[in-house]
Amino acid sequence: MTMSVSAPPAPAPVSAGSFHRYSVHSDARHLLALEGMTRDVLLGLLEDAATEREWLRSGAPNRTDLAGCSVMLAFVEDSTRTRMSFEIAARRMGANALTFNAGASSLNKGETLLDTMRLFEAMGAQLLIIRHSMSGAPAYLAQHLRATGVINAGDGMHEHPTQGLLDLLTLRDAWSGEFEGKRLAIVGDIAHSRVARSAMAGLSTLGAHVTVCGPGTLLPADVELLGCTVAPTVEDAMEGADAVMALRIQKERMEGGLLPSLVEYAREWGVNHERVALLKPGAVVMHPGPVNRGVELQASVADSARSVILDQVANGVAVRCAVLKRCWQAWKEAA
Amino acid sequence: MSTMTLFKNVTHWKTGEKVTVAVEDGVVVPMPKRGHEHARVLEAPHAVLAPGLVDLHVHLREPGQSGKESIETGTRAAAAGGFTAVACMPNTVPVVDTPAWVEWVLARARGAGYARVYPIAAVTQGQKGEQLAPLQAMARAGAIAFSDDGHPIESAAMMRRALEYARNTGLPIIGHEEDPTLRVGGVMNEGFTATRLGLRGLPNAAESIMCRRDADLAELTGGRVHLAHLSAAQSFDALRDAKRRGLPVSGETCPHYWVLTDEAVADYDTHAKMNPPLRSEADRAACIAAIVDGTIDCFATDHAPHTSDEKARPFAEAPFGIVGLETALALTLTYLVHPGHLSLARAIELWADAPRRLFNLPEVDLEPGSEADLVLFDPQAEWTVEPDLFFSKGRNTPFAGWNLKGRVLATMMAGRFTHLAPEIDFDHQLVLPSESQK
Repeated sequence: MTMSVSAPPAPAPVSAGSFHRYSVHSDARHLLALEGMTRDVLLGLLEDAATEREWLRSGAPNRTDLAGCSVMLAFVEDSTRTRMSFEIAARRMGANALTFNAGASSLNKGETLLDTMRLFEAMGAQLLIIRHSMSGAPAYLAQHLRATGVINAGDGMHEHPTQGLLDLLTLRDAWSGEFEGKRLAIVGDIAHSRVARSAMAGLSTLGAHVTVCGPGTLLPADVELLGCTVAPTVEDAMEGADAVMALRIQKERMEGGLLPSLVEYAREWGVNHERVALLKPGAVVMHPGPVNRGVELQASVADSARSVILDQVANGVAVRCAVLKRCWQAWKEAA
Repeated sequence: MSTMTLFKNVTHWKTGEKVTVAVEDGVVVPMPKRGHEHARVLEAPHAVLAPGLVDLHVHLREPGQSGKESIETGTRAAAAGGFTAVACMPNTVPVVDTPAWVEWVLARARGAGYARVYPIAAVTQGQKGEQLAPLQAMARAGAIAFSDDGHPIESAAMMRRALEYARNTGLPIIGHEEDPTLRVGGVMNEGFTATRLGLRGLPNAAESIMCRRDADLAELTGGRVHLAHLSAAQSFDALRDAKRRGLPVSGETCPHYWVLTDEAVADYDTHAKMNPPLRSEADRAACIAAIVDGTIDCFATDHAPHTSDEKARPFAEAPFGIVGLETALALTLTYLVHPGHLSLARAIELWADAPRRLFNLPEVDLEPGSEADLVLFDPQAEWTVEPDLFFSKGRNTPFAGWNLKGRVLATMMAGRFTHLAPEIDFDHQLVLPSESQK
């Protein structure tokens, strides 16, 4: 018996290699990151948030924009301000806001994150606001949940897009709506900061510049490829900047051997009055909170006229109203 | 009467000449003078006949993790990839750290193996890095090397003792080179993509430091070190330096390191998560350079099957590893041979002759008398990677949907076909090799 192997049929062209890529902006039901978000979408959200802010300030009654929408607040990692800010925004907009207490949940009984979140989907939650210590957890849920819009309320060391938006709104006020040519200095733990990543992504899209600085142990690899400049000292970073953002120093960083002491950190990298004097006139001081007074921020700077920390908090509610509205709108259109 | 198989008008892998090779009773035999009436003839002028490939680094997951893979499915996948022999790592449940478990793996492979299975035994008990496993007894039981693969041997003193103790077995210690103090929760290559995604990084130096340490320990002890799955430019340099110094150090790399970079991880694709991780473009280029200049001694796949459930976890929680057996040859041809980095003969040498020489396995060639462990492949045939068609239980490949050039048509072990492409339809069924495997 002879078996002849003939040449195979004409083949398809060899691909250079196409990965299965999940695009975080492919579906407006989700808000997963500011990186890659278009300028138009960013500016639109900021404009809308500014409008909502007026309404929130006016003390007008709750609205019904999100009537019929169940919003699940799943804060698998602890949070006070972000959770409350989302909760207030959701309630003011007329959503049915439910808080999931991860500590007492089936997540502690071995259920997977996805299975737990599928429960909420089955119970009819249309929007899921997720805070998780794992980078990529919201993108993961957006990929695997079919009918739920996913809003990232901070994922590990990746992004915190609503924080980024509230920072942008705060800077929009401070800079009179002009981002082009402006510069923000971010000081501190860049490596572990989702706040810094979202701020960098948003500001670079809007044409502003970011200078980062911090101890070498807290600067991530190739950070300049994110589109920022790395300054060797806090003075270099702050000199002539249009705003400064001090990042929270977590006590765990000492245990991990990343920092010698808080005293040393405060001396070398703390944002104090002398350093604030290096900023441009009118420049503002920001902090995502909670503040370690006397460590990354001198207490009197936090309380000074330059500080916009409480404006950031107020803007947070307005930004979250705008985000919820956008995601809910997209959810209804997709349904 | 035994059946003779003829590979007629095939291309000799080394000389490039058209040859006809006859196989009978498990060995290559001289061409019969006249037509042999019982011969099965496989005529494939566009195909290359070569010694069966050898993969020195696979995870067959038995004992204990047969949800991920079994010796049967893993060796079936090997056969589909053109491999006739694999060396399996001992990081199973329990760890293969006694002669009894080495014998168990061998016995299991005889009963269910589509490829020769060579067990690699643990260096330390339970791969804990604390106390030596019975290396000499395991060598006698059939282990061909020792490794705590999956875990680095953290203590330099323990590595020294292991090399000294293993010296009189003549067997190498395969190093999973990773400094655990530099690892600290890393899940992908340290660099821009990790920074962008907010994932903890594994730096190149975690690997290269241990390569250099173990090269120095090879010098100190005279023991043989084989550096597993090298990924970083600095590690290739470390191996190059060790060779320049004449040390008994060898090293392997895997297809994913010459094909992919860490950008494949975006956005959080667990099918691009392995350890060592995919590196930068500079590392990928350094990998190819190290292959071309002869620094790399042989190829391996680090075939690491996992269940779909495990790989469907969030990135940080998903296990490290990808399957490799069924794509290895095509990735070699598509990304090394066809672009002109490597001749076909050299590529096959790195998959076939080199690992056999390195680990003292019986040599195979196309000459009469040689064991008939052979692979017939079409270097030009294109195909699309469809994980659902894998023989491995693992579907965890970053190459799903890729069009690759180079396809295995038939694999033969000890004269029996262990794999035939669907278009080759002998009236003989594929015969389980267990009947003839020695």
